Amino acid sequence: MTAAATPAASPATTGEQPGVRLARSRRNAELSLLLLAMVLVAAYGAIVEANMLDTVTPDFWMPAAALTLVFVGMHLVIRWLAPFADPALLPAVALLNGIGVGFLRRLDLGKAAPADRETLAIFAGTGGRQLAWTLASVMLAAGLLALMRDHRSVSRYAYTLGLAGIVLVMIPAVLPGRFSEINGAKLWIRVGGFSIQPGEFAKLALLVFFAYYLVRKREVLSLASRRILGIDFPRGRDLGPVVVVWLISLLVLVFEKDLGTSLLYFGMFVVTLYIATERVSWLLIGLVLFFGGAYLAYVLGGSVGGPFLNFYTRAEIWLDPFAEPYDRGYQLVQGLLGLGSGGLFGTGPGAGEPLEIPEVQNDFIFAGIGEEIGLFGLTALLVVYLLIVERGLRAGLAVRDSFGKLVAGGLAFTLGLQVFVIIGGISKLIPLTGQTTPFLSAGGSSLMANWLLVAVLLRVSDAARRPVTQGGGPAARPAGGPPEQLHGAPTEVIRP
Amino acid sequence: MNAPLRRVGVVVMVLFGLLFANLNWIQFYKADEYRNSDYNGRVQVAEYENRRGNIEAGGTAVATSKETGGKLKYLRTYPGGAKYAHMLGYKPVNLAETGIERAEDDFLAGTSDVLFANRVKDMFTGDESGGGNVLLTISKRAQDTAYDQLRNNNNGVKKGAAIAIDPRTGAVQALVSMPSFDPNPLASHDTDKATAAYNELERNPDGPLKNRALSEVLPPGSTFKIVIAAAALENGVTKETQIPAGASWTPPTSGTPIRNAAPSICPEAQVTLMNAVTESCNTGFAQLGVKLGADTVKEKARQFGFEQDDLTVGRLGEGGLTVAPSRTGAMEAPGGATDPAALAQSSIGQRDVKMTPLEGAMIAAAVAHGGKQMRPYLVKQLLGPDRTTSYDNADPRVLRRPVDDRVAADLRDMMVSVVRNGTGRNAQFNGYTVGGKTGTAQSGPGTPDHGWFIGFALDKDDKPVSAVCVVLEEAGSGGSAEAARIGGRIMQAAAADSGSR
Repeated sequence: MTAAATPAASPATTGEQPGVRLARSRRNAELSLLLLAMVLVAAYGAIVEANMLDTVTPDFWMPAAALTLVFVGMHLVIRWLAPFADPALLPAVALLNGIGVGFLRRLDLGKAAPADRETLAIFAGTGGRQLAWTLASVMLAAGLLALMRDHRSVSRYAYTLGLAGIVLVMIPAVLPGRFSEINGAKLWIRVGGFSIQPGEFAKLALLVFFAYYLVRKREVLSLASRRILGIDFPRGRDLGPVVVVWLISLLVLVFEKDLGTSLLYFGMFVVTLYIATERVSWLLIGLVLFFGGAYLAYVLGGSVGGPFLNFYTRAEIWLDPFAEPYDRGYQLVQGLLGLGSGGLFGTGPGAGEPLEIPEVQNDFIFAGIGEEIGLFGLTALLVVYLLIVERGLRAGLAVRDSFGKLVAGGLAFTLGLQVFVIIGGISKLIPLTGQTTPFLSAGGSSLMANWLLVAVLLRVSDAARRPVTQGGGPAARPAGGPPEQLHGAPTEVIRP
Repeated sequence: MNAPLRRVGVVVMVLFGLLFANLNWIQFYKADEYRNSDYNGRVQVAEYENRRGNIEAGGTAVATSKETGGKLKYLRTYPGGAKYAHMLGYKPVNLAETGIERAEDDFLAGTSDVLFANRVKDMFTGDESGGGNVLLTISKRAQDTAYDQLRNNNNGVKKGAAIAIDPRTGAVQALVSMPSFDPNPLASHDTDKATAAYNELERNPDGPLKNRALSEVLPPGSTFKIVIAAAALENGVTKETQIPAGASWTPPTSGTPIRNAAPSICPEAQVTLMNAVTESCNTGFAQLGVKLGADTVKEKARQFGFEQDDLTVGRLGEGGLTVAPSRTGAMEAPGGATDPAALAQSSIGQRDVKMTPLEGAMIAAAVAHGGKQMRPYLVKQLLGPDRTTSYDNADPRVLRRPVDDRVAADLRDMMVSVVRNGTGRNAQFNGYTVGGKTGTAQSGPGTPDHGWFIGFALDKDDKPVSAVCVVLEEAGSGGSAEAARIGGRIMQAAAADSGSR
């Protein structure tokens, strides 16, 4: 640890040296990038219409214009509330969100009778609903930016959030199936025609709790340890609460039959622990536990069945989806065939047959898009995701307080892991687990939760890039003094 | 905490690198395999994107594509219904295509190499000219007759087949297998309905999906005597040579005597070869076969087309409907030496001798055409989507020459005598010289006999106009006479059609 060589009291040691470069807000760059992204979204919409209607209607620009209004609004909010936030985040997320809306609208066009296609209203169908959800999500994200003027203030509610996270995760498991089950996964709260996925929000709440708790305990976790086989293992009692939280969420998820979220929480937990303690042992323990657990679940599923059968089935499909191409393997096979049919360049937006894939608007949206934009287009989308994740990690690197580091690093990694889990799943790299594709998949809960995640990253990056001399934003604490709950948090411990 | 954060950044990079590598695998390396996978519905949509060409017989479309306005833009329909089912086959959405639809799939779909220039032209003009058209050799009148006569045969037989070919070219004039089926439900875009229709046909014990004219073999009975007679004529026997006959003859190693179909047939000790054919004398041919020996019999049968296992009927020289090989079967005793009993039974077309109706027609055609057997074909011409450019005109070719002119002429005389004075009188029709040979084949204990007829028709200049083979499965008594009658009607229709051309 290089920090050992520098004075422990200086808060700048844990972050990157705030240079002159960082002092620029780069808001104009953000606006230009955002407009460029929206031009791409408008062009996408135009090509879709050209391919599906053989003409481009005079109204083709309307969804893109609506999105532009929403995102420029967000841009203005950022100018006002987080002027030093990372300028790449908003345009990147806006591009993904815009392509998602455009593709969902394209699916609506595909489902509509040819005669009705030209007159499809802007807020009609899944695409229209997604547009409305985008508006709501962005407003929510702006609201979070307004409420949370300093990310450290959230740590005050860490235990509340932790409890809320557990409750959110548990509600669908406790609710009777008819209120919570869709397609075999008990993940939902359904009231009337309305359904939300509380797990998406629980992810955020739990991470904040993990971060807070680990920051408080990190010295203990790093120092008080027992050495077994050359690796330092922490004392059980230090880990108690975190392990309990993790176990509860995991158990509940077994009952909710959602492997993907379970895997996501586990990854999130292990990685925050690793970032906090800097102990590779955590990664090792995590990996062994995970792969051991997965293998055990597979073996148990094959022999005992019961609650493990779901995972066993998924693993079997993954190993050979073409064994039952019209039965269990149907969706994965159709996804693969869609991707393969797209090839290098794709058929062009609107010219493919993504509706061949069941439920293409949810988990398999990446395969559906991939048929039409090909390997080159998908690679571009992957790079945009990677950009968001690495920018989030960068915010974590640059921010000065440990809590911010953990929150930004944890959230950015979780986002990256989610992308890996779902895209790896639909492309047969790993067994398929139900997950939404962030910012692309249809669905309000996922979109909202991910926009909130982006708001947090924006907030942390604002704190990270804000020049020290400016002394913080409107809500800055006097003289940068650490909040009471985080006493000692920025302090680096010198280890022998 | 920055060091682990950076490492996490690297881990994310690695994870995304894996995704990228895997997408390359799927969208580049495996792309072609997935694109053309049987499970890929896009293949069908693409297939139905362009209008598939017609299949036509005698100027009438017997398979055509109708615009639907649905997701699959064209529906394949068969206006002829069950009449042409076995040669056309069908083009289903979810099952494998069969028949000419399968053999000429590329040309009909417009994806054939020969249509490349056409596709390039479409690219520039923006037209969608669709697939090419396939013109069949079928004579509409002969096909109508064959289908109607076979279906409404006087013996109430439910299974059978008829095929007529032009002896001079090998062009198929009529091809019917009974019972037939309607291919239209199989081409339905409602794949569940299509599958249900297919399963029902598949379960039908009468096997309507079987193409009995080409791919099913049956013991040929007395029609095989033409092959024995040909071998005899080449081995010192003439039409007028007296051969041993009798009411009953027991081969040396067998306890079972061979008898004639009726006591009135060749009871005398010796008959001429001519009379033996005319009356269909079993005892005479059994002894003749044994005298010739198994090798000679087998070799002559082979020269007539038996044992050929790679014959197809479609476009000349390329692909088409598969023809089952006709077989002479084993004639040996367990030790390896010829078993006279087996040879005797084989010589009258029983035991393990099995023949397709096409082979029967080809024997008759070779006799009628001076010993030259032409390669049979179904596709007369491939016509481009514009209906003016012709891509493939059938150029008839000799398949083999089983007998020379002289033997062919003798065989012709004998077969004409069969129709004029013998068992094949029903095949006679005005204005043409008709020759033929009937056959009654035992199909097994408790099952009625199969009735066969192979024959040909010569016009007044002695030019052959048609050769035919009709088989009525399990027809019982009178089956071969009815087969001869149907054969005559078919040849009459084919002759009328070729006369008017």
